[in-house]
Amino acid sequence: MRARLFRGALITVALGFLALFLVMPLVAVFVQALEMGTGVYWAAVTESEALRAVGLTLIVAAFVVPLNTAFGIAAAWAIARFTFPGRQLLITLIDLPFAVSPVISGLVFVLLFGAQGLFGDWLAEHDIRIIFALPGMVLATMFVSVPFVARELIPVMEEQGAGAEEAAVALGASGWQMFRRVTLPSISWGLVHGVVLLTARAVGEFGAVSVVSGHIRGQTTTAPLHVEILYNEYQFAGAFAVASILTLFALVSLAAKRAIEWRLAHPQ
Amino acid sequence: MSIRVEHLSKRFGGFRAADDVSLEVESGELVGLLGPSGSGKTTLLRMIGGLEPPDAGTVHLAGVDVTTKRAAERGVGFVFQHYALFRHLNVFENVAFGLRVQPSRVRPSKRAISERVHQLLQLVQLETLAERFPSQLSGGQRQRVALARALAVEPKILLLDEPFGALDARVRKDLRRWLRSLHQRLHVTTLFVTHDQEEALELSDRVVIMHQGRVEQVGTPEEVYHSPATPFVVQFLGDVNLFHCRIENGRTYLGAPALDPPEDRPHKGAPTVVFIRPHLLEISLGWTDARQFRAAVLMVNPAGPLVRVELESEWGAIVRVDLSQERYRELNLRPGTHVFVSLKTDQALMTA
Repeated sequence: MRARLFRGALITVALGFLALFLVMPLVAVFVQALEMGTGVYWAAVTESEALRAVGLTLIVAAFVVPLNTAFGIAAAWAIARFTFPGRQLLITLIDLPFAVSPVISGLVFVLLFGAQGLFGDWLAEHDIRIIFALPGMVLATMFVSVPFVARELIPVMEEQGAGAEEAAVALGASGWQMFRRVTLPSISWGLVHGVVLLTARAVGEFGAVSVVSGHIRGQTTTAPLHVEILYNEYQFAGAFAVASILTLFALVSLAAKRAIEWRLAHPQ
Repeated sequence: MSIRVEHLSKRFGGFRAADDVSLEVESGELVGLLGPSGSGKTTLLRMIGGLEPPDAGTVHLAGVDVTTKRAAERGVGFVFQHYALFRHLNVFENVAFGLRVQPSRVRPSKRAISERVHQLLQLVQLETLAERFPSQLSGGQRQRVALARALAVEPKILLLDEPFGALDARVRKDLRRWLRSLHQRLHVTTLFVTHDQEEALELSDRVVIMHQGRVEQVGTPEEVYHSPATPFVVQFLGDVNLFHCRIENGRTYLGAPALDPPEDRPHKGAPTVVFIRPHLLEISLGWTDARQFRAAVLMVNPAGPLVRVELESEWGAIVRVDLSQERYRELNLRPGTHVFVSLKTDQALMTA
């Protein structure tokens, strides 16, 4: 009897918490966005600056996701399969972007590549723009989202060990064949999870991008930055409309993750 | 294909896994590498297979130096301790793997691969399980998949790392017999690692006994059991009693009884050690001859073909004696019974 009461209480607390902090805000975003009617919503979503902001967000993600995925796999492989001097340091450093405030991460790039920065003069001479331009936003987003893939893969690869990979090599597989036919299928779950989280972060990053972008309207504003601009200008319907797109994107990527996981679990 | 290993050494940090190991295996032989864990047997196997580069020394296969060659170029089939099957592939695809990754100019056609895999699955008696995934197989079945997978690329040498290590006792015995008959049919030079002396002695043409990264003795199972070359080999192969003795007037004394000394003996009067297997000792209740010592029974274990008795000798050492069931019933031994222990034979195993 007491055990049942306890179980009931525990479930109530968990579900209540979930409703309060996840479901309610989620619903609120869509309610607010559609408050003034679908016409206003549609106008806010298709407004040229909003479209450009969403487009820029996708361009940044298109650079960041493949690059950080490749780096994550390489780093996880190095850490899980080899012992080398500096391995412990690398494990610690991979987590650095999680520990540092994103604003600081952005600031670091301004200090490096900004007009007064370390490489500022050299970049100005060669007419290369990094800060207040796309390259800076890509760099800052890459920095803050570096850990996702590697962190997912390191425990998976360590747990599986090198046995199957060694067997593949002993059977005559080349390095690429081993990776493609043995390593990749065995880490696919962790990889999907890592890439989804990485994508979500790359699309949603605010702090670091905010610092390096310079908020040039219609040029360097990504969707999250655009939401802030609209909000600060008291255009609540517009702000929530763009926010709802970001939220929708998050829900779609979670659904995609579930679908891919289901496919992996049921290969036929 | 023959294997010749010369002066192989390998260190992992401060640990010597292989220390100047030399070894020859003739074509078609079935050889067991036997030793306790940490004796370097797996490292030796991995160096022969090309999975571990040696620090020093050479590996020759069929007279060709392959020391710097990659595993795939050595024509060696490797069966891993925990099988290392590809979990995402079914049994058929696991066995086909080695054929599928061959360069396109030598790779067999799809039909030829399918035929070959089915042949192999027949050989390992798994043809009905081709569609199963490794997680759906028993330990013994996985072991046979691993073997079929290694055989698919027609290796000239088969290397097996603890092939039966993770299986329960009955499956082990079946698989052992099966591997023996498979070897007789295929005649592939086979080297297997084990820490189980019974397994090594039963299965091998010759046994290589390893200890602390060195080869202690190489010989037929009979040779290593009955004429062990070093004290380690004596102690590792079966139970043994160890007696500290002295040698006087050409006779070896352990306590009071005298032995006829083994052939190559230390000098007269030198302290020495004699090893005697438990079944070569006899227990009697009364004084029968001078070659006896007193002992008290500590423990009796009658479960098994022989009754194992543990005694404390008159000088305080623990002595193990194996008796037949009949003899045990005659003697009616209990813990605390005072008895006399004598030698059935004059031949002690060895002295050191």
